[in-house]
Amino acid sequence: MKILGKLTILLCGVLLMVFTMEFPDWGDPESPASTHLSPYFIQHTMDDTAVPNIVTSVLADYRGYDTMFETTVILTAGLACFLLLRIERKKVTHRYYRHEPTGVTLRMAGDKFPKNSEVFQRMDANWVPYDFIISRTCRLIIPFIQIFALYVVAHGHHSPGGGFQGGVLMGASVILFAISHNLRAAIKSFSEKTAALFSVTGVFIYAGTGALCLIFGEVFLNYSALAPLFGSDRIMARSHGILMVEIGVAVAVTAVMIWIYYNLSSAGKQDEGL
Amino acid sequence: MESIFALVLAKANYVVYIILMMVGLYAMIVKNNLIKKIIGMSIFQTAIILFYVSIGYKRGATIPILEHHASPETAVHGAEKIVAHAMDTVNVANYINPLPHVLMLTAIVVGVATLGVALALAIKVYNTYGTVEEDEINQQLRSG
Amino acid sequence: MIWQLELIILLLVIVCAVAAITVRDLLSSALLLGAYSFLLCLIWAVMGAVDVAFTEATVGAGVSTVFCVAAVFHTTRRSKD
Repeated sequence: MKILGKLTILLCGVLLMVFTMEFPDWGDPESPASTHLSPYFIQHTMDDTAVPNIVTSVLADYRGYDTMFETTVILTAGLACFLLLRIERKKVTHRYYRHEPTGVTLRMAGDKFPKNSEVFQRMDANWVPYDFIISRTCRLIIPFIQIFALYVVAHGHHSPGGGFQGGVLMGASVILFAISHNLRAAIKSFSEKTAALFSVTGVFIYAGTGALCLIFGEVFLNYSALAPLFGSDRIMARSHGILMVEIGVAVAVTAVMIWIYYNLSSAGKQDEGL
Repeated sequence: MESIFALVLAKANYVVYIILMMVGLYAMIVKNNLIKKIIGMSIFQTAIILFYVSIGYKRGATIPILEHHASPETAVHGAEKIVAHAMDTVNVANYINPLPHVLMLTAIVVGVATLGVALALAIKVYNTYGTVEEDEINQQLRSG
Repeated sequence: MIWQLELIILLLVIVCAVAAITVRDLLSSALLLGAYSFLLCLIWAVMGAVDVAFTEATVGAGVSTVFCVAAVFHTTRRSKD
């Protein structure tokens, strides 16, 4: 099996390399990939949409239909992870609690809590003490990560960035909180129900913007129809429409990253994470 | 020999992309461990992205964000005339081809979504069979 | 950028990819995938694809590595090959 695999790959690689030598040189401005459609985008994006970042304008305006279905694919992936892994919590027979000041471990049957539960911390078989330095440092960093994520979403028009990058950064900040503190504390502040609702809301914002353009009389996802809504001319309306769909994408991506992390890191049980 | 070496050096990105693709394919075909297969899939996907981005490169060109200057009219609030958006004519050869970047943005995010689902499947397989090695799973399926 | 440096980083990318599928420890494999992702992001940033490099830095070297480590944590860490 290994010999067959190695032979196949060698043959495939050699064939591909022989045909690669026919390609135009790397970095050639006259190669067919660069002369077919992209000169139109480079020359007309400022006149059509008033957005200097060509990648954002092509992604969200000229090829906006594509991006809408990509957001749907991300939502489907989050849903698939949830449906695969999330299981009902079994009836607990006993739980372990640790008394903070003295280090004594208690074992309680059923769902009962010890009284005065601020000094008791729940643990399980592979419990590690949560580090003080890491948790306090992450607490300082997380607000700045979130502000930077919002900046990246809002400045997608003028600098590299946009909806995806900002959404993943925002999701990463909540994941950092779940790693450095307890998973249960993260679930308490950003619950799974919120994550599910936000992910669907993001796709709804995107498709809703397109439907709004339909209501105003133009083709689906033609943002210049929203000009009376924003009170500006048709070109700036396209710029604002791009911002609206980027916000939708960011919300969806944030929620799905957090949702997939919750399900993966606890294998569905969501009581003790990494 | 000299010309082959010069040829390879001129297209170094493409040669590296083929090697990476073959490494990913090898991991997906030959390795027994499920997680190694998933890592091979991820290597394969990123190699394809390297290929597309290398296609769009132009020598001596800059990033695909148009240079725009703030004109005095834009400083006034609400006076967003069309003249404020006007710029000098854009020379196409100065900017890198943005079309492959757009396609690859989608590809990267779909890649991470697929990775999440694949890892969830691997955890489920481990919970059912107790192992992630493919030959042991096959043995259990044949005998069980 | 200097073309010699680019060539060295391309070689390092191949080394990282081959190492990620060869080592026996699955946790090291997941982290090598993170390093491979980061080196690729560097190459794309040098080639002028800033949006793609930004996305790969957050998604590949950030979230994807965390998912892999979480999955390795819930299955075994050793692998037979």
